[in-house]
Amino acid sequence: MRDVAVVAFAQSRAVRAEEGANEVEILMPVVSAAIERSGVPRKEIGFTVSGSCDYLAGVPFAFVQGLDAVGAWPPIRESHVEMDGAWALYEAWVRLQHGDVDSALVYAFGKSSLGDLPQVLTLQLDPYCMAPLWPDSISIAALQARAWLEAGHDEREMAEVAARSRKAALANPMAQVAQDLTPEELLKQPYLVSPLRRHDCPPISDGAAAVVLAAGGLAREVSERPAWIRGIDHRIEPHGLGVRDLTHSPSTRLAGERAGVGRATVDVAELHAPFSFQEVILRQALGLGPDVEVNPSGGALAANVMMGAGLVRIGEAAGRVSDGGAGRAVAHATSGPCLQQNLVCVLEADQ
Amino acid sequence: MSGQLCAVVGVGQTKYSSTRGDVSIAGLCREAAGRALEDAGMTWRDIDAVVIGKAPDMFEGVMMPELYLADALGAAGKPMLRVHTAGSVGGSTALVAASLVQGGIHQRVLTVAFEKQSESDAMWALSRPMPFAPPTLAGAGGYFAPLIRSYIRRSGAPDHIGIMVGVKDRQNALRNPYAHLQIEDISFEKVAESPMLWDPIRYLETCPSSDGACAMVLVDEPTAGRSPDPAWIVGTAMRSEPTMFAGRDAVNPRAGRDCAADLYAQAGITDPRGQIDCAEIYVPFSWYEPMWMENLGFAAEGEGWKMTDSGATAFDGDLPVNPSGGVLSSNPIGASGMIRFAEAALQVRGKAGEHQVAGAGQALGHAYGGGSQFFAMWIVRAQKP
Repeated sequence: MRDVAVVAFAQSRAVRAEEGANEVEILMPVVSAAIERSGVPRKEIGFTVSGSCDYLAGVPFAFVQGLDAVGAWPPIRESHVEMDGAWALYEAWVRLQHGDVDSALVYAFGKSSLGDLPQVLTLQLDPYCMAPLWPDSISIAALQARAWLEAGHDEREMAEVAARSRKAALANPMAQVAQDLTPEELLKQPYLVSPLRRHDCPPISDGAAAVVLAAGGLAREVSERPAWIRGIDHRIEPHGLGVRDLTHSPSTRLAGERAGVGRATVDVAELHAPFSFQEVILRQALGLGPDVEVNPSGGALAANVMMGAGLVRIGEAAGRVSDGGAGRAVAHATSGPCLQQNLVCVLEADQ
Repeated sequence: MSGQLCAVVGVGQTKYSSTRGDVSIAGLCREAAGRALEDAGMTWRDIDAVVIGKAPDMFEGVMMPELYLADALGAAGKPMLRVHTAGSVGGSTALVAASLVQGGIHQRVLTVAFEKQSESDAMWALSRPMPFAPPTLAGAGGYFAPLIRSYIRRSGAPDHIGIMVGVKDRQNALRNPYAHLQIEDISFEKVAESPMLWDPIRYLETCPSSDGACAMVLVDEPTAGRSPDPAWIVGTAMRSEPTMFAGRDAVNPRAGRDCAADLYAQAGITDPRGQIDCAEIYVPFSWYEPMWMENLGFAAEGEGWKMTDSGATAFDGDLPVNPSGGVLSSNPIGASGMIRFAEAALQVRGKAGEHQVAGAGQALGHAYGGGSQFFAMWIVRAQKP
């Protein structure tokens, strides 16, 4: 495989409702910042790919306006996935393997404040057998949490994840929810949808993120400490909740094995776990021990831009590698109900 | 062409029709995918990854339907990608699938595109008012009719050109059992007398609303070497430009011209009209045939209509365009681009049946989308490069 690295990352500060800016206006400064930080001139970027979802804006072709934030003139090589930006990054990484282009811009945006997100996400379900029952995304996660608790876990584990994530977010100026409360204090809160309390669920966020990838020599030229993508893989599971073991994440485990997570020590992991207990499932699937620092950014419990939170995990993990804080980092992204689809990316500094 | 060699070894299509009430969305996709696997002599187990595309999710009202389709397309435990690039999506999806092989990631990739318009309301979905954007409120026809009028004014093309394309593509459809429209008594008069929908687009100069899916199996060089009839991909290109800005030529978009130029350079084509044996291009409204002939470099600017007028683009012309009947005869929107790519592959594999263009050695597949700002194209060849 050709060496490809994350050489720049930018994100907007996640907010509950960005009422003063539309998607393009949120995105434009983020894209510009990522390109500027990359040191790759905008006109020389060889490939552009984005991740977004029409249903958040409630209009078709949400990605079309996104292109206005990029400056696509003269016309550019461009693609779009109706997925989290992490999968857009995967498409860019594949494209860079061809060898004819050396850099790629990846971006993602989501403005969930325009609709009722838990109900919008219902439309991700089987349209014939499940969606007509209108289970919302929090209720479905609660079913998964219940199955997980009955498999031998307890609510304190959930509260510990939430407490640690929100405390970590105090150090992240881009996070939306940050507070310093103990697990005991969190456990005194009422249920939102049993067994989930509000802090077990992600905030609803508006925002955007962008990453610039560069291959081989170009990455070394523009970056002092590129975050090399040493492995990246993604896998999907069957859709029906009844045909899956919701207490484990076999697709994460497989993607992690294919990406080579276990080949060496992991210093830090950014896991896209929108619900607190899912972090425990993911840690287990990736074989991450107690010595691995998880979600120093606060993770998806502190800011959860739909279609962007996975890409943010890669950007945050790459940032830890590039700033010298970590030698080897793992980033993870998820999509679909109950961790149906998962992507794992291993990032390393030069040895 | 960039990266490693990639070839099409399997193509599957459903019969296109206004309502496939006998199958779900999953059933529709599985039918096309199953046929592509059968054509490739493979089973679900042989596939490394699945790449799926469709037009806006708001058509069927299923958000990110690849999640629900993972089971039906045998993707459990495998990588699955979902592409969406407006009307060009069927083409872009094929290119992303090819990219996985060209990048050396996978050996055998299944790619599928679909639309189930009987469970959709495309007209509604395409007419949603957008904040700060001028409303068209008339679907795709309302958007493209002014561009066509502009083309007619600029080129001085006579009125009958659009009618000729409407007749020709429906005549071609009679040779293609998968085509949706099968109008046995199609004639110049019948098209000319059909109601005017969006001046100058008449009812029979526009595409139907179809249910349908198309699938292909794309493989690497060693796997293709074991196929009796691979279609070798010798050029792939995508281009996008912004939707609206002063100075953009929406009639003859630069993104399309740049895309074709990149494509031809990869395939070593210097004389497109002489070196390409047939073309499947995205013509949802009749006038887009002459418009794309110019944009794709088959004719000089302002001269494209003369190709239609002279019969050059007819089934027996020197550059048969849309021998399958094209988008004017079958339009499962998200799949329409992939059908162009797949039909180009069928031609060079010699497997196009009644609509086979004799001796087709090199063919163009073309798709465009949005307000003609997104383009995806490939060139396939019978001979290994």
